[in-house]
Amino acid sequence: MTHRQKLACSAAVLAAFSCVILFAGFFAPYDFAAQDRDTPFASPTTLHFVDARGTLHIHPFVYAPRDSNQTTATNEVASERSYPLHWFVPGTPYTIAGLIPSRTHLFGVEKPARIFLMGSDAYGRDQFSRFLYGGQISLLAGLIAAILSVSIGILAGGIAGYYGGWLDGILMRGGELFLALPWLYLLFAVRAALPLHISQWQVFLLLISVMGLIGWARPARLIRGVVLSAKERNFVLAARGFGASDAYLLRRHVLPQTYAVLLTQITLLVPQYVLAEVTLTFLGLGVGEPMPSWGALLSSLQQYSVLSSYWWMFLPALLLIPLFVVFYAAADALQELHKSVPL
Amino acid sequence: MGKFRLWRTCLVFIVFYCACSAARALPPQQSGEDRMIAGAATGHAGGRLVVALRSEPKTLNPALALDEPSRDVIRCLTADLIHINRGSLKTEPSLAKSWNVSRDGRQYTLHLRRGVRFSDGQPFNADDVIFSFQVYLDEKVDSSQRDLLVVGGKPITVVKLDDYIVRFELAQPYAAAERLFDSIAILPRHLLQSTYQAGSFSQAWSLSMPLNQFAGLGPFRLKEYVAGQRVVLERNPYYWKADRAGNQLPYLNEVTFLFVPSEDAQVIRFQSGDTDVLSRFSAENFAVLQKQQSQKGYHLDDLGAGLEYNFLFFNLNDPGANVPPEIAKKHAWFQDLRFRQAVSAAIDREGIVRLVYSGRATPIWDQVTPGNKLWLDENIAHPPRSLDRARELLKSAGFSWKSDGSLVDPHGDHVEFSILTSSSNAQRTKIATIIQDDLSQLGMTVQVVPLEFRAMVERLLNTHNYEAAVMGLVSGDADPTSEMNVWLSNGETHLWHPRQEKPATPWESEMDRLMQQQLVTLDYSKRKRLYDRVQEIVAEELPVICLVSPNILVGAANRVGNFRPAILVPYALWNIEELYVQ
Repeated sequence: MTHRQKLACSAAVLAAFSCVILFAGFFAPYDFAAQDRDTPFASPTTLHFVDARGTLHIHPFVYAPRDSNQTTATNEVASERSYPLHWFVPGTPYTIAGLIPSRTHLFGVEKPARIFLMGSDAYGRDQFSRFLYGGQISLLAGLIAAILSVSIGILAGGIAGYYGGWLDGILMRGGELFLALPWLYLLFAVRAALPLHISQWQVFLLLISVMGLIGWARPARLIRGVVLSAKERNFVLAARGFGASDAYLLRRHVLPQTYAVLLTQITLLVPQYVLAEVTLTFLGLGVGEPMPSWGALLSSLQQYSVLSSYWWMFLPALLLIPLFVVFYAAADALQELHKSVPL
Repeated sequence: MGKFRLWRTCLVFIVFYCACSAARALPPQQSGEDRMIAGAATGHAGGRLVVALRSEPKTLNPALALDEPSRDVIRCLTADLIHINRGSLKTEPSLAKSWNVSRDGRQYTLHLRRGVRFSDGQPFNADDVIFSFQVYLDEKVDSSQRDLLVVGGKPITVVKLDDYIVRFELAQPYAAAERLFDSIAILPRHLLQSTYQAGSFSQAWSLSMPLNQFAGLGPFRLKEYVAGQRVVLERNPYYWKADRAGNQLPYLNEVTFLFVPSEDAQVIRFQSGDTDVLSRFSAENFAVLQKQQSQKGYHLDDLGAGLEYNFLFFNLNDPGANVPPEIAKKHAWFQDLRFRQAVSAAIDREGIVRLVYSGRATPIWDQVTPGNKLWLDENIAHPPRSLDRARELLKSAGFSWKSDGSLVDPHGDHVEFSILTSSSNAQRTKIATIIQDDLSQLGMTVQVVPLEFRAMVERLLNTHNYEAAVMGLVSGDADPTSEMNVWLSNGETHLWHPRQEKPATPWESEMDRLMQQQLVTLDYSKRKRLYDRVQEIVAEELPVICLVSPNILVGAANRVGNFRPAILVPYALWNIEELYVQ
């Protein structure tokens, strides 16, 4: 596979995935906050094709959970009656990207049967729906925060590396200060200064700005290094000799050299930021219940009881692995492609 | 009163009898010592018990220890004058072999055991008692016990009558006075007096001190401390209790406390057999451990409801005149009893029991849990969850619903508030999340805000900058006097409106009167009636909306004998002198 094909493939996968995330309301059979208190930690619903009498059905169906008065989940099903899977069913209302209201879901089953493709969590909420909705927050926040970090990094690292001298000193010492600060305590202080209720948008902005601002120092150092070496290259010195301005040199010759570093940084930062959100949520700075986020979905795995008893709670983590692999593949292909293009 | 005294006389008699019979069975060098005879089955001497602590003890100084790990270790090293038996929840003689109360209930005369020695071999007598109480009552030491020892606004006075008789004088009669002595460790005067007089008592008995500086009257003494890893205790050869066969207690040679920082890690260590006893763990982990119970050689006990009660409460502090209208309107909702009743009616307590505690908890409607059988008011109503009733109550309070189902107050403002929880307590955060969903069915918008524990307490008790919170309290004792601070309107932990100068509401002033009165009433049934009324007020006025009481869950390796867990702190190791390993 050429780099171009690899890039096209991974871009297509990412686009398709983003689409599903964007239209989470349509693909998710339930609302992310809907609790079913009779089915906490229900295992993933099995789709059946053969019923109890041995008859084959072309259309898949599910069984309803057995009505039990037991206090803990048993995951038993009542196989007397089957509930076929329906397509394009009306259900709880939602909006697409916060704009277009709708009630149609891709699939669903009649009550009292439930379809939990990825099982249910401690409150009997559908993990699959929560995974899709969670992506809306995590992926976007992770991406924007990574871009923010890297942008500040380019600015600070580029200026520091190119101009050197006292500017370099100030910017890099400032960066070191950021690396050395005890963030945990600073975040406590930030949380204490903020009002207790913050709207979802504010939380989102807060997440992005906290993650973006904390993370700029490392990319800035890397970029400074690249710029330092790039500005001494012969073709840069030649261009300077011909009278090129600083802005032109930076834009045309120096910053493009940092391209590879930038891409690797972004791809490394996105997954890191998805996990950073777990910590922020613990400090009261993340999205609160019942809003899902990937960080929140992963954080339930921190409990030993969940880890050792309910394998389906790993599914969000397992789904994220191929996603990030595609992410890295795309970055890799971009970088290779860039290398092979003659300057 | 009559019954009370009769019981006490019987007890004194039994103890006297036991002491006499024990003296015969003791080895000759121990004669002259007033041994106490423990009631448990006879075990084997020797062996080692390993227990995990959540963190390193901060200090071994009984006057300064506030954290649970420190207290757990100190309990093994020290002894008190009168002890609450965790099994029976009643008082029993400890270092005081008997005591009598003056007719007016203000003077307690305690007769101390003779021939008792500290773990370094030095004798114990009334001077140690006088010294210990002098330390605890010293304002400069700032001990946590001081509050307990101030009765009716005046500190208890302690008088030495002779080397083995001490008299305690109280400013007013005090119903649970005997229970006060529980867990007040007697300190060795010969080791600590010089430090105390030099004014450096607050540095005494930190873990970094040499081991020969420590001595106590408990079943064990300090053997080794490895920073960051463990504290090892060894058998105290001078301990003053014996078993029924006359063998000196404790049975165990050594107790090792390992520092294991998280609950999950403790569960894993217990499961793999690294530790012998486990307490304070969640119902989910109970279920995990239960699966391997038979193969792994341990057993688990569910003791039923303990004394912990979890509740939701609203900020009922006086907001003052200069608050912004958006905060004032919320205070108006919270102050309305019908609003609080509607919230209480809408909460699915059974759902909390099932989802948060896997069924190992009991729904409650007032502060006394079913575990506290002596004080539970059976007549408190247990209304089931009813959204219809909640809607009616809201309607009668002037609330209404918009077409999209959201609840608005009489001024047309949407009902929206936040619930604080501690982010380190997964159960309470889960409770809040369930309440959030319950109340959304009434059209309220509720946000759950988990905060770091200290940040939350700061808001609740000092800045009052919050709207509602989910909290839990666990009393150290079943007696209502241990909760004076919570129910008195001027109390430090009168959570919904602490430190009032005078009671803000008629029911709070009634509660103050009842609590003060039960404190000085000596007759149990009269006190019970007074405290029943307090429970009724809590259930009617809902200053705190009580939700669930989790069960006390403990586990122990099968090889541990005499293991008799109790619903009082410390759930598992309270009778450590009687524990043995097979």
